Order: sequence, then C-alpha cells, then structure tokens
Amino acid sequence: MASESRLYRWFNRRGWSDIVLAAPYVWLLVFFLIPFLIVVGMSVATRTPTAPPFGYGGENPLLNFEGYHRLFTDDLYIRAFVTSLVNAAVAMVLCLAIGYPMALGLTKVDTGWRNILLMLVILPFWTSFLLRVYAWMGLMGKNSWFNNLLTGGWNWLVPQDWAVTSIPMMYSNFAVVLVMVYTYLPFMILPLYANLERLDPTLDEAAMDLGTKPFGVFWDVTLPQSIPGIIAGGMLVFIPAAGELVIPTLVGDASSPMIGRVISDEFSQARDWPMASAVAVVLLVLMVGPTMLYSHYQARAVGADDPK
Amino acid sequence: MRRRPTFLITMLCFGFAFFYIPILSMIVFSFNNSRLATVWGGFSTKWYGSLFSNAQVGRALVLSLEIALLSATIATILGTMAGIALARFGRFRGRTAFSGLVTAPLIMPEVITGISSLIFFILLANYVGWPASRGFTTITLAHITFSMVFVTTVVQSRMLSADRAIEEAAMDLGSRPWQVMVDVTLPVISPAILSGWLLAFTISMDDVVISNFTTGPGATTLPILIWSKVKLGVTPDINALATLTVVTVGICVFTAGWLLNRAEKRRELERRLAYQINE
Repeated sequence: MASESRLYRWFNRRGWSDIVLAAPYVWLLVFFLIPFLIVVGMSVATRTPTAPPFGYGGENPLLNFEGYHRLFTDDLYIRAFVTSLVNAAVAMVLCLAIGYPMALGLTKVDTGWRNILLMLVILPFWTSFLLRVYAWMGLMGKNSWFNNLLTGGWNWLVPQDWAVTSIPMMYSNFAVVLVMVYTYLPFMILPLYANLERLDPTLDEAAMDLGTKPFGVFWDVTLPQSIPGIIAGGMLVFIPAAGELVIPTLVGDASSPMIGRVISDEFSQARDWPMASAVAVVLLVLMVGPTMLYSHYQARAVGADDPK
Repeated sequence: MRRRPTFLITMLCFGFAFFYIPILSMIVFSFNNSRLATVWGGFSTKWYGSLFSNAQVGRALVLSLEIALLSATIATILGTMAGIALARFGRFRGRTAFSGLVTAPLIMPEVITGISSLIFFILLANYVGWPASRGFTTITLAHITFSMVFVTTVVQSRMLSADRAIEEAAMDLGSRPWQVMVDVTLPVISPAILSGWLLAFTISMDDVVISNFTTGPGATTLPILIWSKVKLGVTPDINALATLTVVTVGICVFTAGWLLNRAEKRRELERRLAYQINE
C-alpha cells in the first residue's frame, strides 16, 4: 500500500480507528475464536457422566487422546470420512460438467437475456435451502411423477426380468449427490462465469483464423484460461459439501452417514462432546488444503489484482 | 462459429429445467387435494388454509423475522467497520490475524460452528450466568457472528474497487475528514452496505443448522419448524409454504432488479443531458 490514507490518519489521531477496528475484532474473538478454541480443547477432554458431560484436569488426564485414537481405529469414522469426501468430490465433478457449459453459454447470449438468466441462476439461492432439499424429497419418493417417469423409462429399456415397480432413490448416496449438485450448482456457475466473461474474445477469433476447429479453440484457448475459475468454483462446492449436515440427514443412507451427521449425532444423541470435537478438528484439518487452493485461485479467476 | 452455441444453448435449457422443475413441481402439488404429497388428487387450496390457520407457523415466522432484522442490522454495522478497516487502514498491527478471523467463518462447516457456539453458550450460562437460557438471544448472537463476515467481504471489495482519489480530492478542496466520510465514502459504499444487509438477512432467515444447535425451549424459528416436520417425511402443507416463499422472494428479487435497472437508465440519461449542455 502506497501510504496510509489521510482519512485513516485523522481517524487514528482522534482514536476513532481503534473503535472501528476493535468492535468487529473483539466480537469475532469472543463469539468465533474462543468457541472454536474451546472445541479444540474439548477434543482432548475426558467424557464424564456429569452435566456438562466432560471433565478436564483434576482426576482426569490433562490430555486425553481417546477420541483421536478411536477415530483412526474405528471403522465407522473412517468410512464416514471416505463417504463424505467421495460424495463431495462426485458432486463437484458433476457440478463442473453441468455448470461449465452453462457458464460458457451465459457468456454467449446477448446482454439483455444474460442479465435475466443470471438472475434466474441466483434466484434459487435466495429461496430457502431447506425447501430446495425438500423439493427433491417429493420428486424422488415412490409413486411421485418423477419416479414413475424414470421407472417407466427403465422398464421400457431393460429386459422384462429386470423390471421394477419403482426406483429406490431416496436414502442413498445417489440422492445425497443429486441434491448436493442441485443446491450447490450456482456456486460453480458464478465464479466460472466471472472468469469466462473477462476472457478476450479476439483470442478465439485469432485461433479460428489460424484454422482451429471450434472444439480445438475450446480445448486449447478457452479451457486453459479458465483453470482458476474451475478450481475456485470446484472448491466452493467441495468444501461445504464435505461438511454437509442437512442433505445427508434428510435424503441420505443412515447406515453409511456422512461426517457432518456423525459430528451432530455424537454431540446430540451420544452426548460425547470430546468425540464430536475430535471429529470436527480432523474435518477442519482436512479442509485446510482445499481452502488454500480456493483462496489462491479465487482472486485469479476474477482477475483482481492485489491492491497492495 | 455457429455450431458451438447450439450445444451451449441446449445445455443452458437443460440446466434451467434442472433448476426450476423441482420448484414448479412443488408449486403444482401445493394445490393438490390428496393427503399424499406426491400423488395428484384434484385441485384444492386447503393446504394454504391449514397453513394460515396454523398459529405455530405464524409465531415461527415472526420470530425468524425478528431475529433476521436484528442480527442483519448489527452484522451490517460490525461487518462494515471490519470492511473499512481492511480496505483503508493500511498495514495496521494484527492485520493478518484480523483478516484470517474474518475469512475463517466463511469456510467453517456449519455443523462445527453450531456445536462450538452451543458449547460456548452452555459454558457461559454455567460460569458467567448470561445468557441464562438459550433462545432468541443466543440464536441472534450466533447469526450476527457468521453473517457479519459476508457483509465485510462485500463492503471490502466495493471499497477496494472505488477510486480513493475522490476522497483525497475532497480533502484537498477543504472538506473536513468527517464530511469526507459522510459525503463521499459512505455514498460510494452504500450499495455494498445495502446488499450486505440483504445477504445477512437472507442468511439468517435461511439458517437451520446453527439455529437448531443454539436454540432453546420455545424458540422455534421457521426453518427449525420446517426441519422438524420435513425430517418425518413429505407433508403437503410444506409445499404451500414453499410456494409462498418462492413467490415472495421472486417478487422481491425482480422488483429490486427492475428498480436498479431504472436507476441505471436515469443516470445514463442525465449523463447524456450533461454532455449536451456542455456542447
């Protein structure tokens, strides 16, 4: 930064800047950082039958790694982590497969239409997340028109012995991934669109003039330039999908839960706060890599230069 | 050149069908006469009737609105302060820690924010005595915390893209620093503050996970009510509620878009008139 602005110096002289900075700083320290540090501490506390259900110090060991030990030895937790990461990764790839052509298509339609279509991409985002999940519960259930349609198509395609009365879609990883793709697709489309929209169209034309086929132009010119948008959008889907709680609880398979549900169940039903905290800490550690990828590529995707 | 857009336009149509068919299906089935939510049994508006006569839904809506209005307003004040500090205060001491603190809640999985807030509030009640019970206060505090960072992001990026020379020019022309703040800086960032408030309001109205962890007996917000009903399966009155939500949000978004568009056109007209007068 060239120099502190005069405005800031004035603020500083009067002590105003301290208030402007201190109010949000203290708020986040008290209501975000301290609760988070308590969870980290809780993950090495000991579970006790008291209320609140944990003990720390006194006759309890100072550091109790039982939660972490169980996490890496008990099949349930490892499977939950694998299920979460696989579901999130599949949802991310499907979002890319559907979202990329949509984002590219948005850059090709003329401006009047484009603004309306962009608004239509954002509109579901402003309506309730819970109700969008609920919409699919209705569609996937037995006897719904959507399920009947798919069942009809399936029975028409396959030999008669394979015919089914309805397709069991609900309460499966298929349902979880489908609903994740549905709810997170705008997160993929918007950064990709921001990236693709600022690409120079004359590069495409130059490649065409040099005799490149349309697909070649896409593969050699457009795609390499949109890598930052792909990674930023991908992480924006992957990170919340991996820790998702609502979708797996409503449409997921209870016998192979995702990690968000494991944390919630350990905490509320088993009342094992140290275990829930240990699982939470490990989930956060796993998300450090994707988060750094996201923050690195996000600025590049929109071409924002660092102001400093 | 002609062939590629055909494929892309097809994908756009497919994508928008994917976005809107589930929502349209929900709207159609909200007028279903059958008790089975997914099998058509004739036209009826009885689910709207049962929705409007349900006092629980009304109370939950009012509670959600109260929490959202209060938390969005406080979150906007705190978030704007943080945005101004990050965009205009240069390299102050503790900047890295502060910007980390502002980014972390954005990527924290909701379930972890939920349990950490709940543990924190339980310990506060045990050892400090405030807030004595969980409910309106604890939900509002949690909502302020995780929605203020969204406001910060919006305000900060608007301030970084705004031309700082205007502020310097106003000072050179003899404005007092306080006047610069009120007459120059705040009008420039006011659209960002407004959209930050709307974002915080929507996040609060929509939140189920963090509310569900930080609520207490008697404090049922609308998402918590829907969540507890939907967990038991598909019920037709939720279709009616969803339809009302979609229609309300749709009207608001399109009105806002239309107003913004009109303001843009008026500014364009004024700009042209100004040029004509100069000529």
